[in-house]
Amino acid sequence: MGLTASPQSNLVSLDPANSDGWITTRLDFLVNWGRANSLWPMPFGTACCAIEFMAAAASKFDLARFGMERMGFSPRQADVLICAGRVPFKLAPVLRRIWQQMPQPKWAISMGACASTGGMFDTYAVVQGIDTIIPIDVYVPGCPPRPEALIYGIMMLQKKIMKERMGDTASRIEMEPDPKSQLYIPPMMIDKLSEPFGNSVNQTRSGL
Amino acid sequence: MTAFEIIHAGTAPNLPAPVTPKKVPHHGGEANPSGEALKAQFGAAVSRVDVVWGETSVTIDATRALDIVRWLHDDPSQSYEYLVDVTAVEFRDRELPLQMIWHLRSIKYRRFLRLKAPLPKGKPLSVPSICPVYKSADWLERECYDMFGIKFEGHPDLRRILLWEQFAEGFPLRKDFPLRGRFSRAEQLRQALSANPEARYSMEELTVADAFEELPLDMRARIRGGESTGE
Repeated sequence: MGLTASPQSNLVSLDPANSDGWITTRLDFLVNWGRANSLWPMPFGTACCAIEFMAAAASKFDLARFGMERMGFSPRQADVLICAGRVPFKLAPVLRRIWQQMPQPKWAISMGACASTGGMFDTYAVVQGIDTIIPIDVYVPGCPPRPEALIYGIMMLQKKIMKERMGDTASRIEMEPDPKSQLYIPPMMIDKLSEPFGNSVNQTRSGL
Repeated sequence: MTAFEIIHAGTAPNLPAPVTPKKVPHHGGEANPSGEALKAQFGAAVSRVDVVWGETSVTIDATRALDIVRWLHDDPSQSYEYLVDVTAVEFRDRELPLQMIWHLRSIKYRRFLRLKAPLPKGKPLSVPSICPVYKSADWLERECYDMFGIKFEGHPDLRRILLWEQFAEGFPLRKDFPLRGRFSRAEQLRQALSANPEARYSMEELTVADAFEELPLDMRARIRGGESTGE
């Protein structure tokens, strides 16, 4: 079988002589091992980061080495959304709908400065970080990140997946903010909290 | 079926052979003869003719824009077949009016002409649409409306083109528009996410029958045959 485990997940054993092809392991480990090594990415390329993503997927860097053999251009057959590039507000509902169409389990990588924070586009038209729309697992910095950086981000995601527990359902529940819950922050309060950073009414960068 | 006329460059009679100018002065180079022709034709509606870096700019009265552009397009001595750009400028000096700008090119005469029209700020910003003359002005004028809020009288479908329909913060290329918009980030995001990405046209604009007629022929045949569109 070729199963190996890191010292942290210490419960893989294979004894061909005595076990008739049986192995014992944690189900968590087996499932995560399968998931982490067959991630199907859904590229959501909107800008120059997508060019680097294409390079990462092409022969020289070859994402297929990490189990990303198939690009899922349909969100319904994809595991990891890779958002490469800035997302304008006009595209925000599209990105959220694509995320909602992906089946669980699913992960998201925010590739590049613009997708992660809005980057240099601190303007009226660009979403300041796509983590305000969808939950992000790994942020890849860079403008744009080189393919090595994206691959490193993907490997970080694989490590993260290896640590997931099947019993921990909280990470898989999709939550719409419920106004009755304690976690709910009203928009007015978010405005107040975000004032020093992002509120456009009270400050502009150039002073014009 | 629409017939198209093929226009070849430099086919106007008595046209000198094109030469690359060796030195172009900043002001007062060789003027485009259309500038003086416009002055002779329209008189007071043409207030200035400037030549800057070899390009001729004619300042016109905004209310006469359609007449002037139509004459430039139709008159065989001008024959400006190609509309390059429609845009506007707002200057940092608050006293200066906004300026509408049209770029025209005559392929037959190998000429380039820039028309400028000041739009005073106190009054509602409005110019005649030149869509009746150039069909390509449609989207250019929509973009100009989207960014500056200039109303083009007589435009067939004047609505936003780059920004979304519900964008309520104003016109972003105006100097009084803050770079980050007028609303807070949370409000901008809330409005953006409440939009339906599939509703590109409201039902008032587009009936189902219209939408069907706009589909390609093979798709219409398949839908008539009862095939699902996958929506």
